[in-house]
Amino acid sequence: MRDGESSVLDQFRQGNLDAFETLFHLHQRTIYGWILRIVRNPAAAEDVTVETFWRIHRAHARFQPARGFEAWARSIATHAALDWLRAHRHECETPLEPVQEPHAPASSDPALSAEIRQRTAQAFGRLPPRLRIAAVLAVVEERPHKEVAEALGISVAAVKLRVFRALRLLRKDLQQQGITP
Amino acid sequence: MNAHDEDRIKQLLRQALPPVLDAEPGHDLWPAVLRKLDARPASPPWFDWALAGGLIAFAAFAPSSIPVLLYYL
Repeated sequence: MRDGESSVLDQFRQGNLDAFETLFHLHQRTIYGWILRIVRNPAAAEDVTVETFWRIHRAHARFQPARGFEAWARSIATHAALDWLRAHRHECETPLEPVQEPHAPASSDPALSAEIRQRTAQAFGRLPPRLRIAAVLAVVEERPHKEVAEALGISVAAVKLRVFRALRLLRKDLQQQGITP
Repeated sequence: MNAHDEDRIKQLLRQALPPVLDAEPGHDLWPAVLRKLDARPASPPWFDWALAGGLIAFAAFAPSSIPVLLYYL
């Protein structure tokens, strides 16, 4: 780690607001992107990003520089996003807005009808938030299980189990609607 | 659910929820963070108080545990 960065982290740990601002501007985009992947709503992602950095500031004395700022911040962001999903669970059960990003790939299969995609998104929104987070990060975003485990504060085996349960529940929900994946 | 079913449902999910590859907030969020810091002065969260209360209650019922608790503080 560079001396300058190490110094900023030490100052942040002591509660220095300028150091916190430096870290905020270094990591704002990364943390926002991580949260957006989970909540899939740009306005909500901005609110949760603000909440995340507020929590980060509140917890500055507990920060351990050896762990690295980004992984620590991502863990706090994941829990803030989980709180948001729990608080807005009923909204998430309504059709999810597709996240339109300029570099998102056109990966949709034209043979798959828009209705099936929408029903799948709706069914996914009905899953328990803790299963949804694991599935969206590991399956949709294809993040490594280890990274997801660190962000959620659980083991890799627990991530795999949550993903499996999420997929099984999703399949069951779709089958009840007459959709056979 | 076998491996084939799992792959199919994963594929369906990826098509229903396209991945987010590059994203940034529409504006700088620092002013909003500052407003939140001003509005909500930092204080110990409720679960810290609950933990402290639980430890005190535990120590009151089992005084012999006090040295062990002090050791881990």
